[in-house]
This record gives sequence, structure tokens and C-alpha cells, in this order.
Amino acid sequence: METFTTYDPEGFYDELVDENGKPRPGVELLVDKIESLPDGDLDRRQKEAEALLLKMGITFNVYGQDQGTEKIFPFDLIPRIISDDDWQPIEAGLKQRIFALNEFLQDIYNDQKILKDKVVPKDLILSSKTYRKECVGFTPPKKIWCHVTGTDLIRGADGCFYVLEDNLRCPSGVSYVLENRQVLKRTFPYVFEKSKVRAVDEYPGKLLDMLEYLAPDGVDSPTIGVLTPGIYNSAYFEHSFLSQQMGVELVEGRDLVVSDGYVHMLTTKGLKRVDVLYRRIDDDFIDPSVFRPDSLLGVKGLIDVYRDGKIAMANAPGTGIADDKAVYAYVPKIIKYYTGEEPILPNVPTYICQEKADRDYVLDHLSELVVKAANESGGYGMLIGPHSTKKEQQTFAKLILAEPRNYIAQPTISLSRVPTIIGDRLEGRHVDLRPYIIFGEDIYVQPGGLTRVALKKGSLVVNSSQGGGSKDTWVLAPGEKEEN
Amino acid sequence: MLSRVANSIYWMCRYIERAENVARFIDVNLNLLLDMPADEKEQWSPLIMTTGDQEIYEKTEQNYTQEEVIWFLTFDRTYPNSILSCVSAARENARSIREIISSEMWEHLNNFYLELIKEDAIKMAIHDPNRFFKIVKMRSHLLTGLLDSTMSHGEAWNFARIGMMVERADKTSRILDVKYFMLLPEASLVNAPIDNIQWISVLRSASAFEMYRKEFHRITPQNVANFLIFNRLFPRSIYHCLSKAQVCLHRITGSPIGASTSPAEKRLGRLMADLEYTDIHEVIDSGLHEFLDSLQTKLNLLGGDIGTTFFNIRPLTDTVKSEQ
Repeated sequence: METFTTYDPEGFYDELVDENGKPRPGVELLVDKIESLPDGDLDRRQKEAEALLLKMGITFNVYGQDQGTEKIFPFDLIPRIISDDDWQPIEAGLKQRIFALNEFLQDIYNDQKILKDKVVPKDLILSSKTYRKECVGFTPPKKIWCHVTGTDLIRGADGCFYVLEDNLRCPSGVSYVLENRQVLKRTFPYVFEKSKVRAVDEYPGKLLDMLEYLAPDGVDSPTIGVLTPGIYNSAYFEHSFLSQQMGVELVEGRDLVVSDGYVHMLTTKGLKRVDVLYRRIDDDFIDPSVFRPDSLLGVKGLIDVYRDGKIAMANAPGTGIADDKAVYAYVPKIIKYYTGEEPILPNVPTYICQEKADRDYVLDHLSELVVKAANESGGYGMLIGPHSTKKEQQTFAKLILAEPRNYIAQPTISLSRVPTIIGDRLEGRHVDLRPYIIFGEDIYVQPGGLTRVALKKGSLVVNSSQGGGSKDTWVLAPGEKEEN
Repeated sequence: MLSRVANSIYWMCRYIERAENVARFIDVNLNLLLDMPADEKEQWSPLIMTTGDQEIYEKTEQNYTQEEVIWFLTFDRTYPNSILSCVSAARENARSIREIISSEMWEHLNNFYLELIKEDAIKMAIHDPNRFFKIVKMRSHLLTGLLDSTMSHGEAWNFARIGMMVERADKTSRILDVKYFMLLPEASLVNAPIDNIQWISVLRSASAFEMYRKEFHRITPQNVANFLIFNRLFPRSIYHCLSKAQVCLHRITGSPIGASTSPAEKRLGRLMADLEYTDIHEVIDSGLHEFLDSLQTKLNLLGGDIGTTFFNIRPLTDTVKSEQ
């Protein structure tokens, strides 16, 4: 099957082949394997993999459709491969970035030195919806705020990686990384083994280590729970998967109750104390007595117990301020401020609509820029200039003028592509990369992460809610080249 | 373990057992049909009566034809006790406790449901019902097997077993009752050859025919009832189901059988004592249908007690707060 011989990178930076269509170092084995498959075999393997995911029930509900409509998160068999040389600076850069963002969180909720030194404008922070006044003066256990982060990276036409955004609240998707890997191991066992791919399955163990590390003093074997909004949440599979992998409780808000100054689970034998929660419910919903009073998902009184040090939580409430898209623009300065080092991973250049010069530029160049709402996620509230109509641009111009604080803009970056199975052939599709970082006793970066792919031809939007899928991500072990 | 989790696994098993028994009901009726003169209304209405959901069926304004009754009992999503509704509910319960049950169990239940919603499933149920309902039964057995062989026999497993056994006891009592509804208008048929055939069908639908033969050789109504209610060893007899449920219940609480620490244990203990000290003659004398009817009521009460004992624990502080 001559899929790669006819594959055309079409002038984009391609993750698997160079500009002449030749496999990049480390990718040859995979290309050889795929070339040697009989016609139709790739498509058959792809369909088998999808059937497997459906059978395992790794699905999400499609809202607003008939009962019984469930879809799998689309998955493409061709992996994205990252060489050790490319990976080293990503790993170092992410560790540096997460360390600095954690320092930043501790600072802005306490001494506010960075604001006093005018490195970040004070009103930008204090005006953010995600700046939680309830957290002022608080220091979480072990001074860690952002225990789990998913940082979105993209690779531009120049072959360099850039940080697109940080997700420090409840980043999801890591279960897909682990499941995709299971499927790929079964699909390409020989290539997988020979390519010396770094393992991703340490993740649940690392997560558990971190959660245990947070346990209140004097608790030797803590009771740990993953707090989920319940089965109707689109990431429910992941919550259940992680609690199963770690062997900890999966709890909903209605399973928990505060009494005698502690958080307890309702069990068949009465109340049982909970010491650590990995919460997958947003700040807004976590405690109706402190945040949104109409929340049915949270636990009344949880925040009081937390402030009292009787329960630990990951991530800490209030981390959302660090992934505000307007704050994002200042992250390089934040890194410099707290570490004294230059950022290893660059940001995408960003215009802050609150600043007049930037705003004027953005309004004049709407057709070229990507405009994002500062507090939205999941690809909502976004204008992709080159793909937008005049009318959409006018709508966004009005939105920006009405609330400049809430918007940023970035030049359209030509995202790199990866060959993707389309029918019986391969076509290039744009991808990003979300590595997962765990901040516990030390900082761990999972080798690889989730490669999200925009399955629509030419599309740059990789979110699953907008027609995105995923791929397995192979980070090759160091020394792999020497042995070849 | 979490009360919610215990509740989910208990209901997961009840629903699957219920789905299996709906298949059994339909199967027994299909068997009876083969030997009875055709009068469709007579043939299919007793089945709906046995379920106790006659009122719901009448509201659908369907006739008592084979196709309509089968569709209602099997695929009607608006009928909560249809096979599809039961399997779907079992699957949703399983989904909420995926981390507790084995992945084999989850994948099997998921597949059970996905196969059931295929267009082919409806076709097979109508055109080849025997095969279809056999598959449903086998899928339920497979879950029972997976429960037994892929999951630790701890607290969660014991709750699963209680759910399954209580549901099975209830359904065996209803299978036995089918005959009551069938014969009601025609008491003269007692001991006629046709009567014999009907009792064999009842045994078959509880998978009890072969085991019964080993015990009693000849078919008499009294012996059939005796076997399905009081047999100590047959796994679908009411006595057997409830004694197994009792063992599991006491494993959970840690108290020995006889010493009851909770309303659920008391209720089940009393029920077991009743079965222990009653025999088939007393049952027949006081009326088989009446006996089964009162048993079903007691099983409902037991279900309620299990709920309040294990699934709805609310600490005092919670009630205090909610009054503010």
C-alpha cells in the first residue's frame, strides 16, 4: 500500500515527513510498516480500533440529541512522533513555566509583589472573573496551587514549539492518552517496541503520589477521592478511569457531607473521613456556600474545611487566574520575574485588547488574527480571522469595544500537520499537543501527552466539541538515534 | 463503601435479573402457545397480567397480539420493566460504578445494550423469538458468571448478589403465578393432559424441568409448586434465593444469622423463618396465588428496608442544616 509515497505535505510543517516527503529520523519504521500493509488494511485497523473504543464505552453524550446517542472521541491510528531532541526543551520549558505560575499564584493571593513591582498590571488581575477573593491570604498545603496542568503547545511553520494556552483548572484528556496508547500497542506492536517509545502509563501512579503527598499532617494512609460532577459530564469516563487506575474512591457531591469540621463520605457503614480530593468540578460549583449558591454538584462547607487544613484539594481553588488568556500574555515576564531565567518555551505573540495600541491594531487586522475571549475554553468565543465573514468580524469588533479586558488576539499560526487516515489514503491534518504536568514533591511531565487533530480539511480547531479527534503521541527515548 | 455505589451495584444486578426473567416469561408463553388452540387474546393477556403492569399496557392501546406484546415487553423504552429499559438502566448503573466492577463486566453490559438497540435485534425478536430470548438469557448468565469470576467477593459483590437473589425470588414467584392467571377461567382443565403440558412449561421457563424430574419424576401441580418454592438446592427456588441473600446480608453487617442488627436483617430473617416452618400443604390449603401475592409484598418491603439500612444514610448535621 503506497500511502506515504503519494503523501503530500503541501508546504506545511509535517510532524512525520520533511519538506520532500521523506520520513523524519525515527519515523522510518512506522512508514515501512504502513507501506507494507495490504490495500484496505489500514482502514480496517482504523475501524477495528473505533469499534474497540465503542465496546469499551469510551464515549461522550451528544447533547440535545435523541436518547442513546453516544459518540466516541474520534481517534486516528497514525501516531505523532516526537524526537528526544525536540522533547528535551519542551519538558524543561514546561517545568520552568509551571514552577513560575505556581509562584505567581502564591504571590498574587498573598504579598502581591509582582503587582507592586508593576510587572503585571494590578487591575488586570483584580478585574478577572477568575481571581478568587475568597483565596486571598491563603496558602495551600505544601504551597502548591496547580497540581495538574495541561498546557497546549503548537508547532509553527518554523518548526518551533509555542505555548498556546495553559489549563490550570481541570484539564481533561489524559485518559485518552492512556487508552490511545493501549490501542496503538495492539495495532503496531512490532514498530512500537522497536521504536523505543517512552511510557505514558506512569501517570496514574504519579498522580496518586502527588495526592498522597498533599495529605494533612498526621494522616498516614489518607482516604483519597476523585470528585466528579457525575455520569452526565462529558469527562466522566476519565474521572472513573483515573480513580480506577489509582484505586481510590470516585465520589460525587451528594456522596460527601461536612460534619464536625471534616469532610466525610456516606458509606454503607456510616460516615468515613476524606483527606484528599482530586476535584474535577470547577471552582464555581464546588461549594454552594462560598461560590455559586445554586450549585447542586458541590459540597456545602467544603471550602471551610479546606481553609482549616482538614482536607487537601487538587487543584487549589483560584488557579483559573493563571490561565486567563489576558494573563497568558504576561507569562514570559512572570517566568523571568520568579526564576530570573529566560523562558525556554516561547509564547505565541499576543495583543491585549485592554491596551489601546494593541486594541487599535487588532481592530484594524481582524481578518488576519485569531481573537479569543479571555475566560472561555473549549474553542468557544473565538474568531478565526482568515476563515471569518465580514459580519462575524463586525460582531467581534463590537464585543471587543464593549469589553476590551475580555479579549486577546494572536496572529494565525500555521499549525503543523500529521498524516491522517482519510478513507483509504493519508492526508495532512493540523494538530496541537497537550502535555500533562503534575506538581507534587517534584514536577513530572508525562512524555508526550494528547495530540489533538482537526479532522476537517484545513480546519485549525482541534477541540473535541468542534470536530476534533486525537492521536497517540510517541516520544522517543534518548539514545535511539545512536543505536540505529 | 459508598452508599451510592452499593445502591448502584445492587440495582445493576436487579435490572439484569429482571431482564432475564422477562425473557423467561415470554419464552414460557411461546412454549405454551405451541400446545394450545389459537386464541391470541387469551394467550398473551395472562402474560401482561403476571407482570402486574396491565394498566400500563392498556394505556398503550395495543392489542394482545404476539408481536405487540413482545415489542412492549422487550423494546418499549417508555415501559420501565421492558428488557431494553432494564438493560439500559443496568448499564447506566454500571457506568456510575465502572471503577468498582471489573472491566469485563462493564464491557459485557455495554455490549449487551449496544446489541439490543440494533435494528437486527427487533427483527430477530419478532421472527425468531426463541433464539432471541435465549440470547438474552445467556447474556444475563454471562454477567452472573463474570460477577462471580472477575470481581472480588467483598462488600460490593455481596450487594450485587442480594440484588440478584431478591429479584430472582420475586420473579420465580411470578413465573409460578403465570399458571394461576392462565387457568383462572377454566378450572375444569385441572389434571387434563393440557394441564400437564402447562406445568412443564412453567418448569422450563424457570430452567427447572430437568432438575425437577430428578426429584419428583411425575408432574403434579403440588410438586411443581413445592419444588419452585421450597427446594433447598435448586438455584432458582424461592427458598434458595432468599437463603443466599441472607448469607450475603450478614456478611455485609458482620452479624451472625439469627442475630439481627438492622431492619433489613429482621425482615429477611422473619421471611426465612416463615419459609422454614411452612410446607406445601399449608400453601395449597390457603391458596397458592394468595401465598405468592403476600410473598411478593414482603419482598417489596425487604427492598425498602435494604434501601433505608444501607443506601440512604443521612447524618444528623445534614438535617439540621437543611432546616435553616
